[in-house]
Amino acid sequence: MTVGKVARRLLHMLLLLASASALAIDPMDFKSPDEEKRFQKLSAELRCLVCQNQNLADSDALLAKDLRLEVFEMIRAGKTDDEIKQFLVDRYGEFVLYRPQVKPGTWLLWFGPGVLLLLGAVVLVRVVRGRGAQLPADARGEEDLP
Amino acid sequence: MKSWRFFVPLLAVAALGMLLATGLREGHDPRYVPSPLVGKPAPDFVLHDLIEGRPDVSKQSLLGKPYLLNVWGSWCVACQEEHPVLVRYARKPNALTIVGLNWKDEKTDALRWLRQLGDPYAAIAYDFPGRTAIDFGVYGAPETFLVDAQGMIRHKHVGPLSAKIIAEEFESKVAAPAGRSEAP
Repeated sequence: MTVGKVARRLLHMLLLLASASALAIDPMDFKSPDEEKRFQKLSAELRCLVCQNQNLADSDALLAKDLRLEVFEMIRAGKTDDEIKQFLVDRYGEFVLYRPQVKPGTWLLWFGPGVLLLLGAVVLVRVVRGRGAQLPADARGEEDLP
Repeated sequence: MKSWRFFVPLLAVAALGMLLATGLREGHDPRYVPSPLVGKPAPDFVLHDLIEGRPDVSKQSLLGKPYLLNVWGSWCVACQEEHPVLVRYARKPNALTIVGLNWKDEKTDALRWLRQLGDPYAAIAYDFPGRTAIDFGVYGAPETFLVDAQGMIRHKHVGPLSAKIIAEEFESKVAAPAGRSEAP
């Protein structure tokens, strides 16, 4: 076998590998790039229930495949993104949404970090002010040293 | 300097610790997803029975008395663990009717499984494409629903059943209002 042949084989193998990863997600025949974009965006926002910390787009689980198909068909049927999300929330609960809706039950989740940050800022300001009031005396003391 | 201030961070850490500890308590399954369908009418479905010659299985055909809808597949390892419990339970007098939802399974595999391990089901809805399972919010097998005589979902259990779970989680819920409607 010549070097050229070996190289060509290797190239083939590499190409095969590359195409395998592209096909991991079931091929769907999209009518337009817009439709595909919507599908990708939606399935990235929805959680795979079987593997939980993966989104629908990345998951190989059978259920995820079924749900992707369901999402695809709803897009095809002219449903809006909100209707599609609601369809899944009705069945699987809010857990399917990676971005939970803002409502009283999720306020802590949405605003908790902000509140904590604010609280931290208040504490910081108070501590710094407290030190500021003490410092001049100490600093002066040090400056007085020859 | 007020000395109580010293305890504030300590208290904060203790509170956080307690919050996190609830996530670690025994019997807590972090993968468990509460079903929004409990307390709502079961979704409509019409499916062929896994066993040929039997009438179709539908929500309508099952109305009138409470039943357990047990989602299973011959590919499911935990179902294998659960199956003898169902077979034993089905033989009990006054046992709740068990209806199977055979999910994403090959017919021949499913039938072989029943031949080998026994068949506790009064009817078996055959859901290869998994549409009905999605309508029920199924995300794994085994899962079991309690549907009452009026077609309302009363309870859902995720994971294999045991005799204790059937008695405590399912039978107790039928004994109350649904049982009364059955009495003549």
